[in-house]
Amino acid sequence: MAGVKFEQAMARLEAIVAELEKGDLPLDESLKIFEEGIRLSKNCLKVLEEAERKIEVLVQDKNGKKQLRAFSPVDEETGEVDS
Amino acid sequence: MVRASLETDFAEVWIEGEISNLRAPGSGHLYCTLKDDTSQIRAVIFRSIAARLRFGLEDGLHVVARGRVTVYEPRGEYQVVLEYVEPKGRGALQLAFEQLKQRLSEEGLFAQDRKRPLPAFPHTVGIVTSPTGAAVRDMITVLHRRWPTLRIILTPVSVQGEGSAEQIAFAIRSLNEFGDVDVIIVGRGGGSSEDLWSFNDERVVRAIAASSIPVVSAVGHETDITLADFAADIRAPTPSAAAEAVAPVLREVADRLGELTARCHLEMNRRYHADRQQLDLLLTNLASVRFRVLEEMQRVDGTVIQMRQAVQELLQQGRERLHALRHDVAGGSPESRVRQGLALVPQLLSRLEQVMRYGLNRRRQQAGSCLGRLHALSPLSILDRGYSIVETVPNQDIVRDAGQVVVGQEVLARLAKGRLHCIVKEIRHDPSV
Repeated sequence: MAGVKFEQAMARLEAIVAELEKGDLPLDESLKIFEEGIRLSKNCLKVLEEAERKIEVLVQDKNGKKQLRAFSPVDEETGEVDS
Repeated sequence: MVRASLETDFAEVWIEGEISNLRAPGSGHLYCTLKDDTSQIRAVIFRSIAARLRFGLEDGLHVVARGRVTVYEPRGEYQVVLEYVEPKGRGALQLAFEQLKQRLSEEGLFAQDRKRPLPAFPHTVGIVTSPTGAAVRDMITVLHRRWPTLRIILTPVSVQGEGSAEQIAFAIRSLNEFGDVDVIIVGRGGGSSEDLWSFNDERVVRAIAASSIPVVSAVGHETDITLADFAADIRAPTPSAAAEAVAPVLREVADRLGELTARCHLEMNRRYHADRQQLDLLLTNLASVRFRVLEEMQRVDGTVIQMRQAVQELLQQGRERLHALRHDVAGGSPESRVRQGLALVPQLLSRLEQVMRYGLNRRRQQAGSCLGRLHALSPLSILDRGYSIVETVPNQDIVRDAGQVVVGQEVLARLAKGRLHCIVKEIRHDPSV
């Protein structure tokens, strides 16, 4: 799931910064993890900028099939409950 | 006649006592004896009443009950038919709550080691609550304030009254079947303990315990505690608090991401400048050592010349001495003078040898220590770390600026191991690494 990947990416990025700041890696390895860090940072930023922001309602029709539909203010006003 | 009289005179009685000898045959009716310190009476609870009891009757339970007295004619015994029973000293709900809590706890449903951590960055949050009312609005508002792009899937249920417990349990299972949900909030706003009762229902508690998706419970206010709270992975005191527990603050995460990225760049820059500075220092030292070696070599040359001169002088002296001796000999001097003169020659030669050896050794040592320092300052150590030194051909000028060379010029790149003879194909003047 995307959330798990994001969590792992952030954790890896934290580790890379700590490793770079320790400063005892040879130059080529430093460069390698630096590039990995920048790649992770870009991917994480992309996730943060994903504009999903959806509210859906999980309902079940008469045949017992589950489906999603948009959450509309009508639900709130009528107080109807789907089951 | 007795029955008629009893049933009229004792149409409604209140009895207080301890249940004993409780029997529950297949008919669904319950039979027991109610007793106190001095007396006892048989009691029966018919199935329709028994089914509505919210707590379980058990031997030893102290109850207050209302009923009517009748006669069980086949045995000629009088008994009381109970129509209402409640545990003495506490409410029926409270007792039912404690009994169910005890039972489910013994089953291990509330064990701490069942609790799972919530996902740090949920993508989709499922909410099981009433679609009306403040609770759902609060949760959606808080969730989207914290993480504006969060996806929310609402499973609308009624949260109190007939059938609500079933709906809540069903909604939790539905979200699990649907998958693609990272965390579920089950809850409702505040209400009386009767209003919150569905969240003490065994079906709800079991559905929460069985959920493969982590569940946060958020029932009523801070002080309301339900069995759903015990089964949930996290108990939030209110629906808003549940939303806060579930969603991180996007701005904070974005800030942290920005900070980490900046630190990556900063560290790489610092590293580059430090290495470059060290390299420059080494190159400067190398140049000065080279100079000192040349100086030293010149001095060795000087010494050799001096020694040659000294040898020449000694030889000259020896010659003159011999000449003088010969002269003495020729002058008729005693033979002893000749012997003296001859004895002087090996002595002179050995001194000459000593002087030469000493001088050469000293110079050799000086040259050796210079080479040692040269090695310590060698740029090879930094070449090992991945840098290379680029020199022009054939002048061997060190290239620090792309502007020092022209396209097509030959250059020599010194690496940690070996060197590359290169031709410049393109010159860029990027200031960066």
